[in-house]
Amino acid sequence: MKKFLKLCPTFGLLLGFCPSLAVTTAVSNALGMGLAFTFVLTFSNFFVSLLRRVIPEGARIPLFIIIIVTFVTISDMLLAGFVPDLYKALGIFVPLIVVNCIILGRAEAFAYKNTVGAAVRDGLLNGFWFTVGLVILAVIREALGAGTLLGYPIFSANFTPILLFVLPPGGFLLIGFILAYLNEDKRA
Amino acid sequence: MKILAVSPHLHSGVSTQVLMRDVLIALLPAGLASLVFFGWRAVWLIGVCVGAAVLTEYLAAQFFKKKNYLNDCSAVVTGVLLAFVLPPSLPLWMAALGAVFAILLVKELFGGLGHNIFNPALGGRAFLLASFPVWLTTWTRPFDAVTTATPLALAKSGQLLDAVSRATVQASAAGQAVNYWDLFLGNVAGSLGETSALALLLGAAYLLYRQVIDWRIPLGYLGTVALFMFFAHENVAFHLLAGGLLLGAFFMATDYTTSPMTRRGKWIFAIGCGILTSVIRLWGGYPEGVCYSILIMNMFVPLLDRLDEAKSK
Repeated sequence: MKKFLKLCPTFGLLLGFCPSLAVTTAVSNALGMGLAFTFVLTFSNFFVSLLRRVIPEGARIPLFIIIIVTFVTISDMLLAGFVPDLYKALGIFVPLIVVNCIILGRAEAFAYKNTVGAAVRDGLLNGFWFTVGLVILAVIREALGAGTLLGYPIFSANFTPILLFVLPPGGFLLIGFILAYLNEDKRA
Repeated sequence: MKILAVSPHLHSGVSTQVLMRDVLIALLPAGLASLVFFGWRAVWLIGVCVGAAVLTEYLAAQFFKKKNYLNDCSAVVTGVLLAFVLPPSLPLWMAALGAVFAILLVKELFGGLGHNIFNPALGGRAFLLASFPVWLTTWTRPFDAVTTATPLALAKSGQLLDAVSRATVQASAAGQAVNYWDLFLGNVAGSLGETSALALLLGAAYLLYRQVIDWRIPLGYLGTVALFMFFAHENVAFHLLAGGLLLGAFFMATDYTTSPMTRRGKWIFAIGCGILTSVIRLWGGYPEGVCYSILIMNMFVPLLDRLDEAKSK
């Protein structure tokens, strides 16, 4: 269990906290965010790796950003065009994928130094585990904070949702508890 | 903290246990008042809060492998104080959840007694207010448990008539009058233990007499609110008596762990609480601001302690 959770960049690397806190109030938002994120990460890894001999060392960060921005813009327009409700729910957090530290981190630490195949594989895997992390958070927060999963009620009618869990402090508390669980063995 | 005089140090003979016992004695009048005004409901609410707090403390001590837990009675005090700042009509399981949050997250996870940053009871209340806003803002009238608004909420919505001159009933179609005598005795809607100014002042007098609390914090807090309201052309007496100000100033803001060590720190802390409470009451989104103002000033306590620590070097 711990091994799997640590594969998720949110819990293993403590990166990507902004979307992990902001969009995990509902499972549908978490899934949408995870997919958009995986799309951007895979393609940005692909192009960074492909162009790694052309991109000069000194100007690499701006060039990474330009590559990332391209795919963020594409995913932004796709979401707005095909799933407008989800797009509205995610709001500013889709454009904010540009500055997501996991994507820039993978471009800098992995894709810039590895072959195209390995970079794409890295993008897909990180995207997958990031989505898993988001969904874990979202399942707990939506169930306790709204009493629903994917919008469907899961408790009896007289269940009173604990609103705190869909508010920012609930997200912080939950991530804190998960991290405490993951780091537990360090005390021994 | 680390501000100590040069050794040797004398133990005053006052233990945490004795202090907490004194606080519980001081809370007794307000507890009795809540029993009079809200009936057996008060006993249930206090019982559930104390029970959940003590049980959580016990389980947390087991989990963190601590010794000498529960002896200091601090969990009992937290439970009683939490019950005092909750609406009497609150479902009991919510009260229990608030007590668990107060002890486990606000107190034990920060290191337990003496290490918590925030006042546990107020932290528990803030958690409940964020989680169940409807339940935490539903107030009932004493004796007949009819749902009504608190005097502060009425004042905020402009429905409260000034009843200084005519202290009897002065209700019109638009507003309700608050009788100052009722406000003083506690015969108004509000949290369980905050309504009776008389009972709280009795308890506070005991604490001051026993030197359990420092007079600077309540005086600074109440004085700031009084001055602020005076210059804002508000009714000073009403704002001192209404809401949780007396309970907060004497029993919450004076908590040893979450208030500054030095005299200067205490003054800054108390005045900050007073300004924040007044600002929230007059211009904030909530009718009452005692809970949040103390919690906000709690965050400054480590800084205020450092301020004088740096100077003393």
